[in-house]
Amino acid sequence: MTLNVTDLSIARGGLPVLEGLGFTLEPGRALILRGPNGIGKTTLLRTIAGLQPPLSGHITGAEDQIAYAAHSDGLKPALTVTENLTFWASVFGASSIEPALDAFQLVALRDRPAGALSAGQKRRLGLSRMLVTGRPIWIMDEPTVSLDTGAVAMFADAVRAHLGQGGSALIATHIDLGLDEAEVLDVGVFKARLPALDDFDEGFL
Amino acid sequence: MSIWEYANPKKFLSTTERVMPALWILSGLLMVVGLVWGFFFTPDDYRQGSTVKIIFLHVPAALLAINAWFMMLVASLVWLVRRHHVSALAARAAAPVGVVMTLIALATGAIWGQPMWGTWWAWDPRLTSFLVLFLFYLGYIALWEAIDNPDTAADLTSILCLVGSVFAVLSRYAVNFWNQGLHQGASLSLDKKENVADAFSNPLYVCMIGFGVFFIAMVFYRTGTEIRARRIKALLARERLEA
Amino acid sequence: MIALLMRDLRLAVRAGGGFGLGLAFFLIVTVMVPFSVGPNSELLTRIAPGVLWLGALLSCLLSLDRLLALDWEDGSLDLLATAPLPLEGVVTIKALAHWITTGLPLVLAAPVLGVLLNLPTPGFFWLVISLFLGTPALSVIGTFGAALTVGLKRGGLLLSLLVMPLYVPTLIFGAEVARRGAEDMAVQTPLLMLAGISAAVIALLPFASAAVLRINLR
Repeated sequence: MTLNVTDLSIARGGLPVLEGLGFTLEPGRALILRGPNGIGKTTLLRTIAGLQPPLSGHITGAEDQIAYAAHSDGLKPALTVTENLTFWASVFGASSIEPALDAFQLVALRDRPAGALSAGQKRRLGLSRMLVTGRPIWIMDEPTVSLDTGAVAMFADAVRAHLGQGGSALIATHIDLGLDEAEVLDVGVFKARLPALDDFDEGFL
Repeated sequence: MSIWEYANPKKFLSTTERVMPALWILSGLLMVVGLVWGFFFTPDDYRQGSTVKIIFLHVPAALLAINAWFMMLVASLVWLVRRHHVSALAARAAAPVGVVMTLIALATGAIWGQPMWGTWWAWDPRLTSFLVLFLFYLGYIALWEAIDNPDTAADLTSILCLVGSVFAVLSRYAVNFWNQGLHQGASLSLDKKENVADAFSNPLYVCMIGFGVFFIAMVFYRTGTEIRARRIKALLARERLEA
Repeated sequence: MIALLMRDLRLAVRAGGGFGLGLAFFLIVTVMVPFSVGPNSELLTRIAPGVLWLGALLSCLLSLDRLLALDWEDGSLDLLATAPLPLEGVVTIKALAHWITTGLPLVLAAPVLGVLLNLPTPGFFWLVISLFLGTPALSVIGTFGAALTVGLKRGGLLLSLLVMPLYVPTLIFGAEVARRGAEDMAVQTPLLMLAGISAAVIALLPFASAAVLRINLR
């Protein structure tokens, strides 16, 4: 599935942050989003994930194709690693969680409650959720936060394997993932210019 | 030329500013005429004596208390369907006026009820319904105040207003079922036999129109204030973004 | 959907509080009533149905602020909203889980507490029936309130303020069924109204709750 974004404008708190943004994400490709803090990367990803409507522009190919990983992992501390992952697997209709546990080396931790994991281990569990979704387009917001270098490599391998199976990935990150084949898009150039001040329109801006 | 032109905040402000003085004067005049006529130039009721004259405050306030909610419902629907910000702000502006009208209706009712029924308060269906309406107003206003993002607040309060309206009607029936009351029937209705005498109804009409115009003036005025407050908020947000 | 229900139930059991807290609150409210109105058994008999209904309603209210807030805080709601489940289904399941962990225990505990309040014998049956029909509506309406206030830091009090007026019809008809049942009167009319309100609320309100949740997730 090709994700196509054309002439997209997005707003945060009613104010436009990015405008005229467009890109195409083919199967088997990865796109890294870069840009300074507060530029609107998270807003962009949430818009593509369908959590908020864009101001204008079109997003095609995202419906029912994306798996979204936010800042927080949505883990339940009272449930074990297996239970957390099994829940998401059954929500998305996946049959087995073993490949996901393997890819992020969680097999040894499988019966531990998520609340007893370290920050990095939690993140790995959160990322392994992407593997059980079975969705072709991964949309990830700062996936490497609190991961050590070994775990980052683990993550890069998982992404590479996903791309190899014809999936694609859209990742907002500040660090070098070691994904040499990924394209990089600097969203800073799409920073929205605010409309003129005297233009007192319906949106009060 | 369509009515939706006035949904533009600038157009709304310039238009209402022009009609405001006329509305204030008209409402003041009607209220003074209606109340003076009602209080001093109507005969005492043969059963209720002069206590009946509180009707000139009680009925218009009660009328507006319900119609203010109805206006908020319509404005909320307009916001949900057409996304005119002014509409959402008008609903917000009407709520405190409505809650004050509800309070006036409840308070004058209590003052009237004391000599008539010998009690300040009874769990009569009409009284209880107004109390429930009062709670709905409180919740609606509290929700507006609690949410920072103005668009989110407008959406959520609009849906609350819709759902609340359904439940308010349900509550009315429930309360009716739960207790048949003391309250007299409608003071004014098309059925002549139930009506209060003409000597009372004429000044009452004047009061009702006066209160109505006052309500419109208040809503225009408060909507203007809300528009300006919203504009300031937007300008501040913009300043933060540029910094 | 089943997976979500199982997860919520498992969480309620593991994290504690789910089953216990609501019940304990119900017990305390009921026990406090004789302390405040006096031990006169005739008076207690008369007010028992209403007190038990009010206690059940308050216990329901108490646990509402955790209904969606926990999933909001840890980001599960964002992920659920992008999952293949319709949000209407998610809120319905959430309400069902709330009912199973809060409403159902209240229904089962009510007769025991009825003994403490000297509830007359014919009242027990109708008390249980009315709570069984009414508490699902309380959970569904509460879910709507929880969805409205989910993003707010201190939403608990506001939640009560918003939900209380919406509870009025259910409380009136529910308590009326229990009261008439206790006094051996015909219960058909309020019983039908109560069942009707519950059915309508369960059928329609999840759409409003889901719409509100979508707005809050934006």
